Amino acid sequence: MNATSPDETKLSSVSGRPASSGAPMILVEGVSKSYGHSAVLKQCSTTVARGEVVVVCGPSGSGKSTLIKCINGLVPFDSGRILVDGVSVGDRRTKLSALRAHIGMVFQHFELYPHMTALENVNLAQIHVLKRSRAEATAVSTKLLERVGLSEKLNSRPGELSGGQQQRVSIARALAMNPKAMLFDEPTSALDPEMVNEVLDVMQVLAQDGMTMIVVTHEMGFARRVADRVLFMDEGRILEDTAKSRFFEEPATERARQFLSKVLTH
Amino acid sequence: MSGLLVAAGAIGGVILGAGLALLRISPYRILSLPAAAYVTVMRSVPLILVLFWFYFMLPLLTGHPLGALSSALTAFVLFEAAFYCEIIRAGIGSVPKGQNQAAAATGLKRWQILRLVILPQAFAAMVPLFLNQVIILFQDTSLVYVVTLHDFLTAANIVADQQERPIEMYTFVAIVYFVICYCVSLLVGRNKGPVFR
Repeated sequence: MNATSPDETKLSSVSGRPASSGAPMILVEGVSKSYGHSAVLKQCSTTVARGEVVVVCGPSGSGKSTLIKCINGLVPFDSGRILVDGVSVGDRRTKLSALRAHIGMVFQHFELYPHMTALENVNLAQIHVLKRSRAEATAVSTKLLERVGLSEKLNSRPGELSGGQQQRVSIARALAMNPKAMLFDEPTSALDPEMVNEVLDVMQVLAQDGMTMIVVTHEMGFARRVADRVLFMDEGRILEDTAKSRFFEEPATERARQFLSKVLTH
Repeated sequence: MSGLLVAAGAIGGVILGAGLALLRISPYRILSLPAAAYVTVMRSVPLILVLFWFYFMLPLLTGHPLGALSSALTAFVLFEAAFYCEIIRAGIGSVPKGQNQAAAATGLKRWQILRLVILPQAFAAMVPLFLNQVIILFQDTSLVYVVTLHDFLTAANIVADQQERPIEMYTFVAIVYFVICYCVSLLVGRNKGPVFR
């Protein structure tokens, strides 16, 4: 067994599960947030168990992205409480950079560093946050980039990669930190249609490996295949928080029914 | 003399300007407000006034004369710093916000993000503006005659007087200024355009 990184051959590291696996990985309780007079989140509450995959859907501007950016503290919230593995995100004493190091995030527009190669992108935080040596980091990055199907592209810059390839690099960048959970903010919305599946496939494998995931997406096929639960948001509220099968078969609210009929017929 | 002023103004100005820019983007108002005030004042005042001010008024305030060269150097560095500050700040501002978020999401700290992610990208956007500012600085050095320093133009002035051939002399000076500035602006042109993506 390799002592430095026992999980490097798996996409995800779920070895970090503490004994208290009964407690939820992510707890969101009565979270509200407004910009000036417009409320973007209104009393949002939910929990995500360890290893659970939750899909968040809803119309544009319903607060989905804001909600997941609150979870790793990228967006500060006004009231309520968020705990990630027992650590309070809103607490002033919490070191947000340390917290974020253990929560992976994937963005709609990839946000790879354009002045670095794919390998350097995946290496950066390993070296400067986890303090791995360059050689160690490179070994981890190479394995991860291989696993997302990009072993040929280690030394390519983001500008030389397709959207789908860039997004897979950014997934590898997040996984390199051995995250406890992964947040996806519309990971396929900026992709050409034929590249959507290569990214969703990587995410599905990740889910099967037991990663805790919150995925904001309009890909209802992915939700059906991979999600355990679905959150439906509209105008800053979580209107539905149900098991996947319930959500697709008999959504409780009229608003979700309308949304589904529009999304699924196309 | 002109060369010395350009070099000092550019190098000193960039260093001081970088410090000012870091203060200006600081989240603490105690730091950002004075820096902003300094930059705004310096940018609204003609250079010639700053030169006069350091040459005539500072000795009055401090009690001993500063000397033409050191007062001119000080004036240039302090004046240029305000402009370089704005160039650096604009460069930093030109990097998409998402880069900051993405880097923060991996656990990098503010200073690390700036150093490893933002500044290398900002620098690419700054190079043409830097060179532009150097052209302006070079032309501005001709103003130092007001504090009795002999720059290139002043020297030409003296020669023109002695030889009684002002038209040839001033035309020659104009050509030299043009050639130097045009060469730098060619460099600017080559450095324009998106460097990444």
